[in-house]
Amino acid sequence: MAVNEETLKMNLLTVSTSPHITSPESIPKIMWSVNAALVPAVIFAAWYFGMPAITTMLVGVVVAVATEYVIQLIRKKDITINDGSAVLTGLLMAMCLPPNLPWYMTAFGSFLAIAVAKHSMGGLGYNIFNPAHIARAALMVSWPVAMTTWTAMTTKADVVTTATPLNILKQQGYTQLVETFGDTSSMYQAMLLGTRNGSIGETSAVLLILGGIFLIYKGYIKWEMPVLMIGTVGILTWIFGPAGLFTGDPLFHMLAGGLIIGAFFMATDMVTIPITRKGKIIFAVGAGILTVLIRLKGGYPEGVCYSILLMNCVTPLIDRFVVPKKFGAGR
Amino acid sequence: MKSFHGGVHPNDSKKYTAAKPIETAPLPKKVIIPLRQHIGAPVSAIVKKGDDVKKGQLIAQSNAFVSGNVHASISGKVIDIADYPHSVFGTCLSIVIESDGQDAWAEGIPVQRQWEKLDAKELSGIIREAGIVGMGGATFPTHVKLAPPPDKKIDTFILNGSECEPFLTADYRSMLEYTDRIKSGVLITMKVLGVNTGYVGIEDNKPDAVKALQSAFGGTQVKVVALPTKYPQGAEKMLIFMLTNREVPSGGLPMDVGVVVQNVGTIIAISDAVTRGIPLIQRVLTVSGSAVKEPKNLLMRIGSTFADALSHCGGLNGELAKIISGGPMMGFAQSTMDIPIIKGTSGILFLSRKDINDDKEYACIHCGRCVEACPMGLNPSMLSILGERQLYVEAKEEYNLMDCMECGSCVYVCPAKRKIVQYIRYSKTQNALQAQKEQAKVAV
Repeated sequence: MAVNEETLKMNLLTVSTSPHITSPESIPKIMWSVNAALVPAVIFAAWYFGMPAITTMLVGVVVAVATEYVIQLIRKKDITINDGSAVLTGLLMAMCLPPNLPWYMTAFGSFLAIAVAKHSMGGLGYNIFNPAHIARAALMVSWPVAMTTWTAMTTKADVVTTATPLNILKQQGYTQLVETFGDTSSMYQAMLLGTRNGSIGETSAVLLILGGIFLIYKGYIKWEMPVLMIGTVGILTWIFGPAGLFTGDPLFHMLAGGLIIGAFFMATDMVTIPITRKGKIIFAVGAGILTVLIRLKGGYPEGVCYSILLMNCVTPLIDRFVVPKKFGAGR
Repeated sequence: MKSFHGGVHPNDSKKYTAAKPIETAPLPKKVIIPLRQHIGAPVSAIVKKGDDVKKGQLIAQSNAFVSGNVHASISGKVIDIADYPHSVFGTCLSIVIESDGQDAWAEGIPVQRQWEKLDAKELSGIIREAGIVGMGGATFPTHVKLAPPPDKKIDTFILNGSECEPFLTADYRSMLEYTDRIKSGVLITMKVLGVNTGYVGIEDNKPDAVKALQSAFGGTQVKVVALPTKYPQGAEKMLIFMLTNREVPSGGLPMDVGVVVQNVGTIIAISDAVTRGIPLIQRVLTVSGSAVKEPKNLLMRIGSTFADALSHCGGLNGELAKIISGGPMMGFAQSTMDIPIIKGTSGILFLSRKDINDDKEYACIHCGRCVEACPMGLNPSMLSILGERQLYVEAKEEYNLMDCMECGSCVYVCPAKRKIVQYIRYSKTQNALQAQKEQAKVAV
């Protein structure tokens, strides 16, 4: 009987509870897409900063992946280096570093990001803090000089400065900053295109935004996150300007430092931000406020890294209190 | 049109069978009729091994109100009354009838009746006698649904024609081919309930069904509405919200907002029982999936097996990975084909490896897709994590565990392939066990 033959084949039947179908989305797909979104900015950095940036990015990625591999080997866990998340952490961290940072510092940062910030918390999905930013913060306190030394590394640009624009702003004031670039329009142009000093991935605002738009289109990040974080920084820096209320330069602040990469790629790291849409909005605005506070009132010229780490701290709290509205709870 | 929160858009996979007219399956040689095809009190057999039975003859019943009579679906001899595989309960006491090939009706059926001449009480009695239960899969006895307690004032009836589960087209084909029976079934049900407002909700991916029913219901109090195609549009609470803008309260039932919802198959069974005197002994179901050679919509006798259905559909086509009773979002996976079709079997799916989810499960990455997809406004991510950590009470008390209707939208969108609904079901069971234990303690 044909049916009995078919019955025999059934040793291989899967019996599990519903639902039986799922969407084609997966974690590796998301992670590799985010990596892909960074590619334009990576290519620009390689071209603009040259070998030092390439070395830093390579060391960042290779050490991150190797660290994850060794840890999972030791802990006898599944090796997940193919899911793209270790690559992403290494790359994002490298993009937050000065291009000429000695390679062993980069390697140490990558090791910290993966071993301490990610795997000591339980691995992907369990980390509280953005691993790339944890590494950057650790490097800042470990090698403060190297982390803020911006030797004139540029290979292509005409304008060569030895400090980042935010550094000049902090130490010498706004007038001096504009003078460095010549006038405000060349300053905005340099900030937007990335032909200026800064961390590897911080410079080319326009390419980062391009990558971010790709991720928004794919549905992997929410548009509210970058728009609100960058918008908050713009509004607050405009209001609290150097010469009294409403005298600030919001455009400069929105393009400067790690804000663009932070807002599009770090404040959208789903593992470390709130799960609800409302919670995400609170996170973005909070990170924007903290960034401005550090830039204008703090000792550091830049505050994106710390503002995001601080908001990571309150994410569980936000998730505890900002909850979805239950159907049937009455309106 | 406004919509309910959340929901997902899986590939509807209805192309396999949408254009295939309902085919009557050949008479089965043998039927296995389980005694549990409904929610409520169990029924007991009133025939014994060796008895001759006729098609439509009552073979099992209960005196309890919340229960469903069971009838013979073919004529022949009772050859066994024992435990047999069951698509929902694993195994179940069943009556096995071997066909005599006559397919002869029991005495007194079929009979022609003018439903307009019967009053609500008589109609309700006929529905109860006929053993009609919710045929969308929930299998709640229909006569109970039609007799709400006096403090629940029902003012609206809804026919659920949304059929939002992928693959299934049985309701769709029925709406096209059995339009008149659907019309009489709806009007009978509204008479039993004493309501003047009726709706038919159909997803807008079935425009011809919308048109067919719109013309059928022209001049009546019944409004046929095309609803946006989105799973789970056919979940009672979502459907009621879309059509009446009423929110069934948490933990409540449709009758709490004055609504009764019935499924297309159920309505056809009501029409057949009332106008032709035929009890519920057959149903339309979809046999589909990429592992079946000729997917079809079949009219089959209750108690025919999945193997019967497959052989009417040309057998298997390549490797079979999963057999599902019902739809792919909420149906039940089976381990054998010797499973009888019951009143609630809306479809049988034979899926190949590529159709099903057996990917590696990751830890939750907190992406929030499940929260956005949850039509009940829950946090499925948290519920799955609490389930994993065995924090069942927290899940219930702080994260609304019991509001989950297990529609599976969260699992569908999860990029980490987490078995969220499994964790939720398990947590619910654990809470129930805990409650039982506490009750036992009080009793002592």
